[in-house]
Amino acid sequence: MLELKNISYTVQDEDTGRIQTILQDVSLSFTNGINVITGPNGSGKSTMIKLIMGFEKPASGKVLLDGEDITGLGVTERARRGFTIAFQQPVRFKGITVKKLLELASGRSMNTDDMCDCLSSVGLCARNYIDRAVDGTLSGGELKRIELATAIAKGGEVFLLDEPEAGIDLWSFEGLVQIFDRLRGKTLIIVSHQQRILETADRIFLFDSDKISEADRGDDLYALLTRRPALCRRNIKEQ
Amino acid sequence: MDKTDSELLETIAGLHDIPEGSFNIRKNGKLLARNSTADIEIVPKKDKDGIDIIIKPGVVNKSVHIPVLLTVGDFRETVYNDFYIGEGADVTIVAGCGIHNDACGDAEHDGIHSFYLEKNAKVKYVERHYAAGDGTGKKSFDPVTNIYCKENACFVMESTQLGGVTSTDRKTYARLGKRAQLIVKEKILTDGEERAVTDFKVELEGEHSRADIVSRNVAKGKSVQSFGSDLIGKSECFGHVECDGILLGEARIVSTPKIDAVSPEASLVHEAAVGKIAGEQLLKLMSLGLTEQEAEDAVIKGFLN
Ligand SMILES: Nc1ncnc2c1ncn2[C@@H]1O[C@H](COP(=O)(O)OP(=O)(O)OP(=O)(O)O)[C@@H](O)[C@H]1O
Ligand SMILES: [Mg+2]
Repeated sequence: MLELKNISYTVQDEDTGRIQTILQDVSLSFTNGINVITGPNGSGKSTMIKLIMGFEKPASGKVLLDGEDITGLGVTERARRGFTIAFQQPVRFKGITVKKLLELASGRSMNTDDMCDCLSSVGLCARNYIDRAVDGTLSGGELKRIELATAIAKGGEVFLLDEPEAGIDLWSFEGLVQIFDRLRGKTLIIVSHQQRILETADRIFLFDSDKISEADRGDDLYALLTRRPALCRRNIKEQ
Repeated sequence: MDKTDSELLETIAGLHDIPEGSFNIRKNGKLLARNSTADIEIVPKKDKDGIDIIIKPGVVNKSVHIPVLLTVGDFRETVYNDFYIGEGADVTIVAGCGIHNDACGDAEHDGIHSFYLEKNAKVKYVERHYAAGDGTGKKSFDPVTNIYCKENACFVMESTQLGGVTSTDRKTYARLGKRAQLIVKEKILTDGEERAVTDFKVELEGEHSRADIVSRNVAKGKSVQSFGSDLIGKSECFGHVECDGILLGEARIVSTPKIDAVSPEASLVHEAAVGKIAGEQLLKLMSLGLTEQEAEDAVIKGFLN
Protein backbone atom coordinates (compact mmCIF):
# COMPACT_ATOMS: atom_id res chain seq x y z
CA MET A 1 0.00 0.00 0.00
CA LEU A 2 1.15 3.46 -0.90
CA GLU A 3 0.19 6.28 1.41
CA LEU A 4 0.55 10.02 1.17
CA LYS A 5 0.32 11.67 4.57
CA ASN A 6 -0.39 15.40 4.82
CA ILE A 7 1.54 16.20 1.67
CA SER A 8 1.95 19.85 0.74
CA TYR A 9 3.82 21.09 -2.28
CA THR A 10 4.67 24.68 -3.09
CA VAL A 11 6.58 26.46 -5.82
CA GLN A 12 8.22 29.83 -5.71
CA ASP A 13 7.84 32.25 -8.58
CA GLU A 14 11.34 33.13 -9.76
CA ASP A 15 10.51 36.74 -10.56
CA THR A 16 8.16 37.78 -7.79
CA GLY A 17 9.35 35.35 -5.13
CA ARG A 18 5.72 34.66 -4.37
CA ILE A 19 5.00 31.19 -3.04
CA GLN A 20 2.23 29.26 -4.69
CA THR A 21 0.65 26.21 -3.12
CA ILE A 22 -0.02 23.44 -5.61
CA LEU A 23 -1.03 20.70 -3.19
CA GLN A 24 -2.14 21.34 0.35
CA ASP A 25 -2.32 18.77 3.10
CA VAL A 26 -3.16 15.86 0.84
CA SER A 27 -3.65 12.49 2.47
CA LEU A 28 -4.47 9.54 0.25
CA SER A 29 -3.84 5.85 0.09
CA PHE A 30 -3.59 3.62 -2.92
CA THR A 31 -4.10 -0.12 -2.74
CA ASN A 32 -3.59 -2.85 -5.32
CA GLY A 33 -5.78 -2.55 -8.37
CA ILE A 34 -6.61 0.28 -10.72
CA ASN A 35 -6.67 3.70 -9.10
CA VAL A 36 -7.69 6.40 -11.54
CA ILE A 37 -7.09 10.05 -10.80
CA THR A 38 -9.14 12.55 -12.72
CA GLY A 39 -9.85 16.24 -12.48
CA PRO A 40 -9.45 19.50 -14.35
CA ASN A 41 -6.21 20.77 -15.93
CA GLY A 42 -3.89 22.26 -13.39
CA SER A 43 -5.47 20.56 -10.39
CA GLY A 44 -2.17 18.94 -9.37
CA LYS A 45 -2.47 15.41 -10.72
CA SER A 46 0.91 15.29 -12.45
CA THR A 47 2.51 17.07 -9.52
CA MET A 48 1.33 14.32 -7.23
CA ILE A 49 2.68 11.64 -9.60
CA LYS A 50 6.05 13.40 -9.60
CA LEU A 51 6.05 13.56 -5.81
CA ILE A 52 5.39 9.85 -5.63
CA MET A 53 8.23 9.09 -8.07
CA GLY A 54 10.58 11.39 -6.16
CA PHE A 55 11.05 13.91 -8.99
CA GLU A 56 9.89 16.58 -6.58
CA LYS A 57 10.13 16.76 -2.82
CA PRO A 58 7.13 17.79 -0.74
CA ALA A 59 7.32 20.92 1.42
CA SER A 60 5.85 18.83 4.18
CA GLY A 61 4.25 15.45 4.68
CA LYS A 62 5.33 11.88 4.12
CA VAL A 63 5.20 9.16 1.50
CA LEU A 64 4.88 5.66 2.93
CA LEU A 65 5.30 2.37 1.10
CA ASP A 66 3.83 -0.53 3.06
CA GLY A 67 4.21 1.57 6.17
CA GLU A 68 7.84 2.50 5.53
CA ASP A 69 8.70 6.18 5.19
CA ILE A 70 10.29 6.63 1.77
CA THR A 71 10.03 10.43 1.59
CA GLY A 72 13.81 10.76 1.64
CA LEU A 73 14.49 8.24 -1.15
CA GLY A 74 15.73 9.50 -4.51
CA VAL A 75 14.37 8.61 -7.93
CA THR A 76 16.81 5.77 -8.63
CA GLU A 77 16.11 4.11 -5.28
CA ARG A 78 12.37 4.39 -5.76
CA ALA A 79 12.68 2.95 -9.27
CA ARG A 80 14.61 0.02 -7.82
CA ARG A 81 11.98 -0.41 -5.12
CA GLY A 82 9.36 -0.99 -7.82
CA PHE A 83 8.08 2.46 -8.69
CA THR A 84 7.57 2.80 -12.43
CA ILE A 85 6.41 5.87 -14.26
CA ALA A 86 5.16 6.68 -17.74
CA PHE A 87 5.43 10.43 -18.33
CA GLN A 88 2.54 12.60 -19.45
CA GLN A 89 4.97 14.15 -21.92
CA PRO A 90 7.49 11.55 -23.02
CA VAL A 91 11.11 12.64 -23.02
CA ARG A 92 13.01 12.71 -26.30
CA PHE A 93 16.63 11.73 -26.70
CA LYS A 94 18.99 12.45 -29.52
CA GLY A 95 20.52 9.16 -30.51
CA ILE A 96 19.09 6.78 -27.92
CA THR A 97 17.23 4.13 -29.89
CA VAL A 98 13.95 2.48 -28.95
CA LYS A 99 15.87 -0.76 -28.48
CA LYS A 100 18.41 0.85 -26.16
CA LEU A 101 15.72 2.54 -24.09
CA LEU A 102 13.83 -0.72 -23.69
CA GLU A 103 17.08 -2.44 -22.72
CA LEU A 104 17.83 0.19 -20.12
CA ALA A 105 14.27 -0.20 -18.84
CA SER A 106 14.35 -3.98 -18.61
CA GLY A 107 17.95 -4.16 -17.46
CA ARG A 108 18.87 -6.81 -20.03
CA SER A 109 19.80 -6.99 -23.68
CA MET A 110 16.92 -7.64 -26.01
CA ASN A 111 16.65 -9.44 -29.32
CA THR A 112 13.95 -8.81 -31.90
CA ASP A 113 11.60 -11.34 -30.29
CA ASP A 114 11.88 -9.65 -26.90
CA MET A 115 11.30 -6.27 -28.51
CA CYS A 116 8.31 -7.69 -30.32
CA ASP A 117 6.78 -8.98 -27.07
CA CYS A 118 7.21 -5.63 -25.48
CA LEU A 119 6.13 -3.34 -28.32
CA SER A 120 3.23 -5.45 -29.56
CA SER A 121 1.51 -4.94 -26.21
CA VAL A 122 1.34 -1.25 -27.06
CA GLY A 123 0.36 -1.97 -30.65
CA LEU A 124 3.70 -1.35 -32.34
CA CYS A 125 5.64 -3.66 -34.59
CA ALA A 126 9.22 -4.04 -33.33
CA ARG A 127 10.76 -4.30 -36.79
CA ASN A 128 9.71 -0.75 -37.65
CA TYR A 129 11.13 0.79 -34.50
CA ILE A 130 14.14 -1.24 -33.42
CA ASP A 131 16.71 1.25 -34.73
CA ARG A 132 14.67 4.42 -34.54
CA ALA A 133 15.86 7.07 -32.16
CA VAL A 134 13.47 8.15 -29.42
CA ASP A 135 13.39 11.67 -30.81
CA GLY A 136 11.17 14.15 -32.58
CA THR A 137 10.94 12.00 -35.69
CA LEU A 138 8.50 9.72 -33.86
CA SER A 139 4.89 10.80 -33.91
CA GLY A 140 3.22 11.91 -30.70
CA GLY A 141 1.22 8.71 -30.43
CA GLU A 142 4.27 6.57 -31.16
CA LEU A 143 6.25 8.32 -28.44
CA LYS A 144 3.41 7.80 -26.00
CA ARG A 145 3.22 4.10 -26.81
CA ILE A 146 6.98 3.68 -26.47
CA GLU A 147 6.83 5.51 -23.15
CA LEU A 148 4.28 2.99 -21.95
CA ALA A 149 6.39 0.14 -23.35
CA THR A 150 9.38 1.28 -21.27
CA ALA A 151 7.22 1.14 -18.15
CA ILE A 152 6.04 -2.35 -19.03
CA ALA A 153 9.58 -3.47 -19.88
CA LYS A 154 10.83 -2.17 -16.54
CA GLY A 155 8.05 -3.78 -14.53
CA GLY A 156 7.44 -2.92 -10.91
CA GLU A 157 4.95 -2.85 -8.09
CA VAL A 158 3.60 0.69 -8.24
CA PHE A 159 2.83 1.99 -11.73
CA LEU A 160 2.32 5.70 -12.24
CA LEU A 161 0.78 6.30 -15.65
CA ASP A 162 0.14 9.94 -16.44
CA GLU A 163 -2.55 10.22 -19.11
CA PRO A 164 -1.42 7.07 -20.89
CA GLU A 165 -4.25 7.41 -23.38
CA ALA A 166 -3.33 10.93 -24.50
CA GLY A 167 -2.54 10.94 -28.20
CA ILE A 168 -3.43 7.26 -28.57
CA ASP A 169 -6.06 6.69 -31.21
CA LEU A 170 -9.47 5.43 -30.17
CA TRP A 171 -8.96 2.19 -32.04
CA SER A 172 -6.15 1.26 -29.69
CA PHE A 173 -7.97 2.04 -26.45
CA GLU A 174 -8.91 -1.58 -25.85
CA GLY A 175 -5.24 -2.52 -26.00
CA LEU A 176 -4.55 -0.05 -23.20
CA VAL A 177 -7.38 -1.39 -21.10
CA GLN A 178 -5.94 -4.88 -21.54
CA ILE A 179 -2.57 -3.68 -20.29
CA PHE A 180 -4.20 -2.20 -17.18
CA ASP A 181 -6.12 -5.40 -16.60
CA ARG A 182 -2.93 -7.42 -16.74
CA LEU A 183 -1.36 -5.14 -14.13
CA ARG A 184 -4.36 -5.22 -11.82
CA GLY A 185 -2.46 -7.30 -9.26
CA LYS A 186 -0.10 -4.34 -8.73
CA THR A 187 -0.81 -0.83 -7.55
CA LEU A 188 -1.79 1.11 -10.64
CA ILE A 189 -2.20 4.84 -10.41
CA ILE A 190 -3.49 6.23 -13.67
CA VAL A 191 -4.20 9.86 -14.41
CA SER A 192 -6.91 10.08 -17.03
CA HIS A 193 -9.77 12.15 -18.36
CA GLN A 194 -11.24 9.34 -20.43
CA GLN A 195 -14.52 7.64 -19.68
CA ARG A 196 -13.33 4.27 -20.99
CA ILE A 197 -10.41 4.35 -18.58
CA LEU A 198 -12.48 5.60 -15.66
CA GLU A 199 -14.73 2.60 -16.19
CA THR A 200 -11.82 0.23 -15.58
CA ALA A 201 -11.09 1.83 -12.22
CA ASP A 202 -11.46 0.00 -8.95
CA ARG A 203 -11.36 3.38 -7.31
CA ILE A 204 -11.55 6.93 -8.65
CA PHE A 205 -9.95 10.03 -7.14
CA LEU A 206 -11.37 13.36 -8.23
CA PHE A 207 -8.92 16.26 -7.88
CA ASP A 208 -10.88 19.45 -7.86
CA SER A 209 -11.16 22.82 -6.20
CA ASP A 210 -8.40 22.07 -3.69
CA LYS A 211 -10.26 19.00 -2.55
CA ILE A 212 -9.94 15.36 -3.41
CA SER A 213 -12.95 13.09 -3.42
CA GLU A 214 -12.72 9.31 -3.58
CA ALA A 215 -15.20 6.87 -5.00
CA ASP A 216 -15.25 3.09 -5.04
CA ARG A 217 -17.12 1.00 -7.55
CA GLY A 218 -20.76 1.05 -6.48
CA ASP A 219 -20.57 4.56 -5.00
CA ASP A 220 -22.84 7.22 -6.46
CA LEU A 221 -19.89 9.44 -7.32
CA TYR A 222 -18.28 6.54 -9.22
CA ALA A 223 -21.41 6.14 -11.30
CA LEU A 224 -21.60 9.88 -11.91
CA LEU A 225 -17.96 10.18 -12.93
CA THR A 226 -17.94 7.23 -15.27
CA ARG A 227 -21.09 8.58 -16.88
CA ARG A 228 -19.86 12.15 -17.11
CA PRO A 229 -16.10 12.32 -16.56
CA ALA A 230 -16.13 16.09 -17.01
CA LEU A 231 -18.01 16.62 -13.76
CA CYS A 232 -16.37 18.74 -11.18
CA ARG A 233 -17.36 19.43 -7.62
CA ARG A 234 -19.58 22.36 -8.35
CA ASN A 235 -21.93 20.48 -10.61
CA ILE A 236 -21.68 17.25 -8.67
CA LYS A 237 -23.64 19.02 -5.93
CA GLU A 238 -26.26 20.01 -8.46
CA GLN A 239 -26.79 16.43 -9.68
CA MET B 1 52.39 -5.76 -34.38
CA ASP B 2 52.21 -5.91 -30.60
CA LYS B 3 49.23 -5.79 -28.27
CA THR B 4 49.09 -1.97 -28.17
CA ASP B 5 49.12 -1.87 -31.97
CA SER B 6 46.26 -4.36 -32.21
CA GLU B 7 44.19 -2.48 -29.68
CA LEU B 8 44.72 0.83 -31.43
CA LEU B 9 43.96 -0.75 -34.79
CA GLU B 10 40.74 -2.22 -33.54
CA THR B 11 39.63 1.07 -31.95
CA ILE B 12 40.37 3.31 -34.92
CA ALA B 13 39.69 1.01 -37.85
CA GLY B 14 37.63 -1.85 -36.44
CA LEU B 15 40.39 -4.20 -37.60
CA HIS B 16 41.36 -7.35 -35.74
CA ASP B 17 44.08 -8.24 -38.15
CA ILE B 18 45.61 -7.22 -41.45
CA PRO B 19 42.60 -6.35 -43.62
CA GLU B 20 41.72 -7.80 -46.98
CA GLY B 21 41.97 -5.75 -50.13
CA SER B 22 44.00 -2.58 -50.35
CA PHE B 23 45.59 -1.18 -47.27
CA ASN B 24 48.47 0.84 -45.98
CA ILE B 25 49.35 0.63 -42.32
CA ARG B 26 51.81 3.16 -40.99
CA LYS B 27 53.49 3.02 -37.61
CA ASN B 28 55.77 5.63 -36.06
CA GLY B 29 56.56 7.18 -39.41
CA LYS B 30 57.35 3.88 -41.13
CA LEU B 31 55.43 1.57 -43.35
CA LEU B 32 54.18 -1.48 -41.46
CA ALA B 33 52.28 -3.17 -44.26
CA ARG B 34 50.87 -2.31 -47.66
CA ASN B 35 48.80 -4.01 -50.30
CA SER B 36 47.67 -2.67 -53.64
CA THR B 37 45.05 -4.38 -55.72
CA ALA B 38 44.14 -4.12 -59.38
CA ASP B 39 41.22 -1.84 -58.44
CA ILE B 40 42.84 0.29 -55.81
CA GLU B 41 46.46 1.18 -56.22
CA ILE B 42 48.58 2.69 -53.47
CA VAL B 43 51.69 4.54 -54.56
CA PRO B 44 54.13 6.17 -52.12
CA LYS B 45 54.91 9.81 -52.79
CA LYS B 46 58.43 10.65 -53.89
CA ASP B 47 58.71 14.27 -52.82
CA LYS B 48 57.15 14.06 -49.38
CA ASP B 49 55.69 11.73 -46.79
CA GLY B 50 52.46 10.15 -47.91
CA ILE B 51 50.71 8.08 -50.53
CA ASP B 52 48.53 8.41 -53.59
CA ILE B 53 45.48 6.19 -53.58
CA ILE B 54 44.15 5.63 -57.04
CA ILE B 55 40.74 4.07 -57.36
CA LYS B 56 39.88 2.94 -60.88
CA PRO B 57 36.66 4.12 -62.52
CA GLY B 58 33.63 1.92 -61.91
CA VAL B 59 35.09 0.07 -58.91
CA VAL B 60 32.24 -0.64 -56.54
CA ASN B 61 31.80 -2.21 -53.11
CA LYS B 62 35.50 -2.09 -52.34
CA SER B 63 37.26 -0.66 -49.36
CA VAL B 64 40.68 0.62 -48.51
CA HIS B 65 42.15 0.91 -45.03
CA ILE B 66 44.92 3.37 -44.26
CA PRO B 67 45.31 3.47 -40.47
CA VAL B 68 48.18 5.19 -38.72
CA LEU B 69 49.66 4.18 -35.38
CA LEU B 70 51.83 6.31 -33.20
CA THR B 71 53.24 4.69 -30.10
CA VAL B 72 56.21 6.88 -29.21
CA GLY B 73 56.62 10.33 -27.73
CA ASP B 74 58.71 13.16 -29.12
CA PHE B 75 57.40 12.46 -32.56
CA ARG B 76 55.65 14.71 -35.00
CA GLU B 77 54.70 13.91 -38.55
CA THR B 78 52.83 15.48 -41.41
CA VAL B 79 51.56 13.03 -43.99
CA TYR B 80 50.09 13.93 -47.37
CA ASN B 81 47.61 11.47 -48.79
CA ASP B 82 45.83 12.09 -52.08
CA PHE B 83 42.86 10.07 -53.18
CA TYR B 84 41.83 9.91 -56.84
CA ILE B 85 38.41 8.36 -57.19
CA GLY B 86 37.52 7.37 -60.74
CA GLU B 87 34.22 8.01 -62.45
CA GLY B 88 31.33 5.96 -61.10
CA ALA B 89 33.42 4.29 -58.38
CA ASP B 90 31.73 3.59 -55.04
CA VAL B 91 34.14 2.83 -52.23
CA THR B 92 34.68 3.00 -48.48
CA ILE B 93 37.87 4.52 -47.19
CA VAL B 94 38.75 3.85 -43.58
CA ALA B 95 41.42 6.15 -42.21
CA GLY B 96 42.11 7.03 -38.62
CA CYS B 97 44.97 7.38 -36.29
CA GLY B 98 45.63 6.02 -32.85
CA ILE B 99 48.25 7.50 -30.56
CA HIS B 100 49.56 5.71 -27.52
CA ASN B 101 51.97 7.96 -25.75
CA ASP B 102 53.53 6.86 -22.48
CA ALA B 103 56.35 9.35 -22.79
CA CYS B 104 56.76 12.93 -21.66
CA GLY B 105 57.50 14.15 -25.19
CA ASP B 106 54.66 15.16 -27.47
CA ALA B 107 53.19 12.95 -30.19
CA GLU B 108 51.41 14.51 -33.12
CA HIS B 109 50.01 13.26 -36.38
CA ASP B 110 48.82 15.68 -39.02
CA GLY B 111 47.12 14.03 -41.95
CA ILE B 112 46.63 16.24 -44.97
CA HIS B 113 44.08 14.40 -47.08
CA SER B 114 42.77 15.47 -50.46
CA PHE B 115 39.99 13.68 -52.26
CA TYR B 116 39.36 14.16 -55.96
CA LEU B 117 36.04 12.65 -56.94
CA GLU B 118 35.26 12.25 -60.63
CA LYS B 119 31.74 12.34 -62.03
CA ASN B 120 29.26 10.04 -60.26
CA ALA B 121 31.88 8.79 -57.82
CA LYS B 122 30.83 7.93 -54.31
CA VAL B 123 32.99 7.75 -51.22
CA LYS B 124 32.26 6.87 -47.66
CA TYR B 125 35.16 8.16 -45.62
CA VAL B 126 35.45 6.96 -42.04
CA GLU B 127 38.03 8.62 -39.87
CA ARG B 128 38.58 7.95 -36.19
CA HIS B 129 41.02 9.62 -33.91
CA TYR B 130 41.85 8.20 -30.55
CA ALA B 131 44.62 8.63 -28.06
CA ALA B 132 45.70 6.88 -24.87
CA GLY B 133 48.78 6.47 -22.74
CA ASP B 134 49.95 7.63 -19.35
CA GLY B 135 52.74 9.97 -20.42
CA THR B 136 52.63 13.69 -19.81
CA GLY B 137 53.41 14.28 -23.49
CA LYS B 138 50.65 15.74 -25.61
CA LYS B 139 48.68 13.68 -28.08
CA SER B 140 47.60 15.86 -30.96
CA PHE B 141 46.02 15.76 -34.38
CA ASP B 142 45.78 18.62 -36.82
CA PRO B 143 44.09 17.07 -39.83
CA VAL B 144 43.22 18.85 -43.05
CA THR B 145 40.64 17.32 -45.36
CA ASN B 146 40.08 18.73 -48.84
CA ILE B 147 37.23 17.40 -50.91
CA TYR B 148 36.67 18.16 -54.58
CA CYS B 149 33.49 16.71 -56.03
CA LYS B 150 32.73 16.79 -59.73
CA GLU B 151 29.25 16.44 -61.15
CA ASN B 152 26.93 14.18 -59.20
CA ALA B 153 29.71 12.90 -56.94
CA CYS B 154 28.91 12.15 -53.33
CA PHE B 155 31.20 12.27 -50.32
CA VAL B 156 30.05 10.96 -46.97
CA MET B 157 32.39 11.68 -44.11
CA GLU B 158 32.09 10.20 -40.65
CA SER B 159 34.73 11.57 -38.37
CA THR B 160 34.95 10.69 -34.74
CA GLN B 161 37.29 11.80 -32.03
CA LEU B 162 36.82 9.26 -29.32
CA GLY B 163 38.76 10.78 -26.47
CA GLY B 164 42.19 11.13 -25.02
CA VAL B 165 43.26 13.69 -27.62
CA THR B 166 45.03 16.60 -25.96
CA SER B 167 44.48 18.99 -28.78
CA THR B 168 43.09 18.97 -32.26
CA ASP B 169 42.67 21.55 -34.95
CA ARG B 170 40.58 20.18 -37.80
CA LYS B 171 40.11 21.87 -41.12
CA THR B 172 37.68 20.53 -43.66
CA TYR B 173 37.22 22.14 -47.04
CA ALA B 174 34.89 21.06 -49.83
CA ARG B 175 34.07 22.31 -53.29
CA LEU B 176 30.98 20.83 -54.83
CA GLY B 177 30.11 20.67 -58.51
CA LYS B 178 26.74 20.25 -60.15
CA ARG B 179 24.44 17.96 -58.15
CA ALA B 180 27.38 16.92 -55.97
CA GLN B 181 26.70 16.06 -52.35
CA LEU B 182 28.61 16.30 -49.13
CA ILE B 183 27.34 14.65 -45.97
CA VAL B 184 29.35 15.04 -42.79
CA LYS B 185 28.72 13.45 -39.43
CA GLU B 186 31.27 14.60 -36.95
CA LYS B 187 31.55 13.59 -33.30
CA ILE B 188 33.99 15.02 -30.84
CA LEU B 189 34.40 14.11 -27.20
CA THR B 190 36.76 16.09 -25.00
CA ASP B 191 37.56 15.94 -21.30
CA GLY B 192 39.99 17.36 -18.78
CA GLU B 193 42.07 20.18 -20.25
CA GLU B 194 41.63 19.05 -23.85
CA ARG B 195 41.11 21.46 -26.71
CA ALA B 196 39.33 20.78 -29.98
CA VAL B 197 38.81 23.13 -32.88
CA THR B 198 36.91 22.13 -35.99
CA ASP B 199 36.31 24.36 -38.99
CA PHE B 200 34.39 23.68 -42.14
CA LYS B 201 34.37 25.64 -45.34
CA VAL B 202 32.11 24.45 -48.12
CA GLU B 203 31.70 26.09 -51.49
CA LEU B 204 28.49 25.00 -53.15
CA GLU B 205 29.40 25.88 -56.70
CA GLY B 206 27.33 23.61 -58.90
CA GLU B 207 23.64 23.85 -59.42
CA HIS B 208 21.65 21.58 -57.12
CA SER B 209 24.67 20.77 -55.04
CA ARG B 210 23.93 19.84 -51.41
CA ALA B 211 25.84 19.89 -48.17
CA ASP B 212 24.67 18.53 -44.86
CA ILE B 213 27.01 18.87 -41.91
CA VAL B 214 26.08 17.64 -38.47
CA SER B 215 28.57 18.01 -35.65
CA ARG B 216 27.84 16.53 -32.26
CA ASN B 217 30.10 17.56 -29.47
CA VAL B 218 30.41 16.52 -25.88
CA ALA B 219 32.70 18.60 -23.70
CA LYS B 220 33.48 17.41 -20.18
CA GLY B 221 35.75 18.57 -17.41
CA LYS B 222 37.46 21.85 -18.25
CA SER B 223 37.75 21.11 -21.94
CA VAL B 224 37.04 23.67 -24.63
CA GLN B 225 35.66 23.05 -28.09
CA SER B 226 35.18 25.40 -30.94
CA PHE B 227 33.05 24.75 -33.99
CA GLY B 228 33.13 26.95 -37.04
CA SER B 229 31.49 26.62 -40.40
CA ASP B 230 31.33 28.69 -43.51
CA LEU B 231 28.81 27.65 -46.15
CA ILE B 232 29.01 29.54 -49.38
CA GLY B 233 26.12 29.12 -51.79
CA LYS B 234 27.19 30.12 -55.28
CA SER B 235 24.27 28.69 -57.23
CA GLU B 236 20.88 27.14 -56.72
CA CYS B 237 21.94 24.81 -53.94
CA PHE B 238 21.04 23.61 -50.47
CA GLY B 239 23.24 23.69 -47.43
CA HIS B 240 22.56 22.74 -43.84
CA VAL B 241 24.87 22.92 -40.83
CA GLU B 242 23.98 21.72 -37.38
CA CYS B 243 26.15 21.97 -34.31
CA ASP B 244 24.81 20.22 -31.26
CA GLY B 245 26.75 20.35 -28.06
CA ILE B 246 26.43 18.85 -24.60
CA LEU B 247 28.29 20.55 -21.79
CA LEU B 248 29.36 18.92 -18.56
CA GLY B 249 31.40 20.18 -15.66
CA GLU B 250 33.07 23.47 -16.45
CA ALA B 251 33.51 22.80 -20.13
CA ARG B 252 32.91 25.32 -22.85
CA ILE B 253 31.73 25.12 -26.45
CA VAL B 254 31.94 27.97 -28.90
CA SER B 255 29.91 27.66 -32.07
CA THR B 256 30.26 30.07 -34.98
CA PRO B 257 28.27 29.05 -37.99
CA LYS B 258 28.39 31.36 -40.98
CA ILE B 259 26.29 31.16 -44.12
CA ASP B 260 26.85 33.19 -47.22
CA ALA B 261 24.26 33.13 -49.98
CA VAL B 262 26.27 34.51 -52.87
CA SER B 263 23.58 33.35 -55.26
CA PRO B 264 20.04 34.50 -54.58
CA GLU B 265 18.95 30.95 -55.44
CA ALA B 266 20.95 29.45 -52.60
CA SER B 267 19.12 28.02 -49.63
CA LEU B 268 21.28 27.77 -46.52
CA VAL B 269 20.38 26.83 -42.96
CA HIS B 270 22.35 26.68 -39.79
CA GLU B 271 21.32 25.44 -36.40
CA ALA B 272 23.31 25.43 -33.21
CA ALA B 273 22.36 24.33 -29.74
CA VAL B 274 24.67 24.00 -26.79
CA GLY B 275 23.69 23.17 -23.25
CA LYS B 276 23.65 20.78 -20.34
CA ILE B 277 21.85 17.47 -20.51
CA ALA B 278 18.15 18.17 -20.07
CA GLY B 279 17.07 17.41 -16.51
CA GLU B 280 14.03 15.47 -17.70
CA GLN B 281 16.29 13.14 -19.72
CA LEU B 282 18.20 12.27 -16.57
CA LEU B 283 14.96 11.84 -14.61
CA LYS B 284 13.50 9.54 -17.23
CA LEU B 285 16.54 7.27 -17.16
CA MET B 286 16.80 7.39 -13.38
CA SER B 287 13.16 6.38 -13.20
CA LEU B 288 14.21 3.24 -15.06
CA GLY B 289 16.61 2.46 -12.21
CA LEU B 290 19.82 4.09 -13.46
CA THR B 291 21.95 6.20 -11.16
CA GLU B 292 22.47 9.81 -12.16
CA GLN B 293 25.96 8.98 -13.44
CA GLU B 294 24.69 6.01 -15.45
CA ALA B 295 21.91 8.17 -16.87
CA GLU B 296 24.42 10.82 -17.92
CA ASP B 297 26.63 8.21 -19.57
CA ALA B 298 23.68 6.71 -21.42
CA VAL B 299 22.60 10.10 -22.78
CA ILE B 300 26.14 10.86 -23.99
CA LYS B 301 26.64 7.42 -25.47
CA GLY B 302 23.38 7.70 -27.40
CA PHE B 303 24.18 11.22 -28.52
CA LEU B 304 27.56 10.21 -29.89
CA ASN B 305 26.35 6.93 -31.30
N1 LIG C 1 7.43 24.49 -11.14
C1 LIG C 1 6.23 25.09 -11.21
N2 LIG C 1 6.16 26.44 -11.22
C2 LIG C 1 4.96 27.07 -11.27
N3 LIG C 1 3.79 26.42 -11.31
C3 LIG C 1 3.80 25.10 -11.30
C4 LIG C 1 5.02 24.35 -11.25
N4 LIG C 1 4.73 23.04 -11.27
C5 LIG C 1 3.38 22.96 -11.36
N5 LIG C 1 2.83 24.19 -11.37
C6 LIG C 1 1.40 24.50 -11.43
O1 LIG C 1 0.75 23.59 -10.61
C7 LIG C 1 -0.52 23.29 -11.11
C8 LIG C 1 -0.70 21.81 -11.19
O2 LIG C 1 0.09 21.29 -12.27
P1 LIG C 1 -0.04 19.79 -12.72
O3 LIG C 1 0.89 19.58 -13.84
O4 LIG C 1 0.13 18.93 -11.54
O5 LIG C 1 -1.54 19.75 -13.22
P2 LIG C 1 -2.39 18.54 -13.79
O6 LIG C 1 -3.50 18.30 -12.88
O7 LIG C 1 -1.50 17.40 -14.09
O8 LIG C 1 -2.95 19.19 -15.12
P3 LIG C 1 -3.20 18.55 -16.59
O9 LIG C 1 -4.53 17.90 -16.55
O10 LIG C 1 -3.22 19.74 -17.46
O11 LIG C 1 -2.08 17.63 -16.90
C9 LIG C 1 -0.62 24.01 -12.44
O12 LIG C 1 -1.36 25.19 -12.28
C10 LIG C 1 0.80 24.32 -12.78
O13 LIG C 1 0.90 25.47 -13.58
MG1 LIG D 1 -0.86 16.51 -15.84
